[in-house]
Amino acid sequence: MARKPEKKQEPETTGHSWDGIEEYNNPLPRWWLWIFYITIIWGIGYTIAYPAWPLINGATPGLLGWSTRGEVAEEIQRFKEKNAAIEARLAAADLTTLSEDPELMSYAINAGAAVFRTGCIQCHGAGGQGAVGYPNLLDDDWLWGGDIESIAYTIRNGIRNETDDARYSEMPRFGEILEEEEIDQVVNYVLAISGQEHDADLAALGAPIFEESCAACHGVDGKGDRDFGAPNLTDAIWLYGGDAETIKETVTYSRFGVMPAMGLRLSDAQVNAVAAYVHQLGGGE
Amino acid sequence: MAILDKHKVIEKNATLLLVFSLLVVSIGGLVEIVPLFYLQNTIEKVEGMRPYSPLELTGRDIYIREGCYVCHSQMIRPMRDEVERYGNYSLAAESMYDHPFQWGSKRTGPDLARIGGKYSDEWHVDHLVDPQSVVPESIMPKYAFLLDREVTPEYIEDRLRTDRAVGVPYTDEMIENARADFLAQADPDSDSEGLLARYPKAQVRNFDGRPGISEMDALIAYLQMLGTLVDFSTFVPDASR
Repeated sequence: MARKPEKKQEPETTGHSWDGIEEYNNPLPRWWLWIFYITIIWGIGYTIAYPAWPLINGATPGLLGWSTRGEVAEEIQRFKEKNAAIEARLAAADLTTLSEDPELMSYAINAGAAVFRTGCIQCHGAGGQGAVGYPNLLDDDWLWGGDIESIAYTIRNGIRNETDDARYSEMPRFGEILEEEEIDQVVNYVLAISGQEHDADLAALGAPIFEESCAACHGVDGKGDRDFGAPNLTDAIWLYGGDAETIKETVTYSRFGVMPAMGLRLSDAQVNAVAAYVHQLGGGE
Repeated sequence: MAILDKHKVIEKNATLLLVFSLLVVSIGGLVEIVPLFYLQNTIEKVEGMRPYSPLELTGRDIYIREGCYVCHSQMIRPMRDEVERYGNYSLAAESMYDHPFQWGSKRTGPDLARIGGKYSDEWHVDHLVDPQSVVPESIMPKYAFLLDREVTPEYIEDRLRTDRAVGVPYTDEMIENARADFLAQADPDSDSEGLLARYPKAQVRNFDGRPGISEMDALIAYLQMLGTLVDFSTFVPDASR
């Protein structure tokens, strides 16, 4: 004998009827419904506590008095206060004796590294290795001086920018002064003093031209002069390139590398910090 | 609740249902959007803002044409890390003459809202010609062709008028002198007095260091002024924001 299927309990209907089709009334689960009600209450509480409703002159400020700007100002202030004492010491520090104070030195190097990564690596490279036209900070070849105070001055005031205290020098465009063959001669002379392959006859002719036109800044021996940011031409380190073609371009059109005055963006403590960081990268004097 | 029993009326009338739906949706829209136009703290007045100079505006159009905004935002958010890295958080007023604005929620490259004055013009030329020559780890494409493409102020008056039509306060004087200002800003030997009077803090240089006015000149003129107009040493933020 076949078993009779158990009779299922029919859910109630909503009472709606459309062309004889009725709708079951399946209420939402209770737990879901309660969470829904709680979010509504939370929402009301939120608009009371935080800025929310627009009125005629402004939005309701909220009982907690929270604001985006207030929050970031408070956060910045918190860090400022924490570092205030050591920042003040760093700003006033004598850079030449900075390394005698290990605590300050370690703060300076770490803070300096952070500033370096934000504002210096775009030109001088992530490791301070430089790029064509942007000096390498790791070696001991310095254009404007490699002692820590000279480095700090360069960072603060920059080079050939529009501020009054910037380091400044301007190489003439010798294309407008010398004949092209004279330029070729002086280029060969520069190749000679930097120990590269050159045409000895041309170099000999270039020597007096160098003495007359170049020695004033680059020195009679071509070893450069930091007062003018004039590079040493006798070593193998070249900012724009040391092959004959590039040297000719440099002589003909000159170079005018600009560094912004970072003092406009950084605090005194930050300038000192970066100076300390750069000084200890390897080439500091 | 007699009124709730009448829902069959809307259920049986599609047009009426549409009208009521629109009504409900627009209330939501009105409450969210309309206050932005009249609330004082969303339209904060800020000293120093001015419309873009003709050359800067041309550079801005190149910036948009090349899709720089796809990777670079121009919006420093009010968070400590961003403020430490980029400078003061951006103010709404700093984008008031932007059509369209260059905010963004995704950064592949760094934010550019305050790039002005951070690097030398020469760096910008080197970097746009070959980004990897100065930043080896960069994935930015090369834009060397900008150096070879000349820009002329041929349509600059119309360009300024277009912006005026959408609310940028270019005066008749600015539009009249647009061509002259365009040429003057890229020529350090020019008489730039009028330009500076009309567009304070405009920088007058040969931006790309080469003869003629190229798209590179225009783009760098734009980049070098970004975020430089408001003087934050005298700016007092309205705290209620």
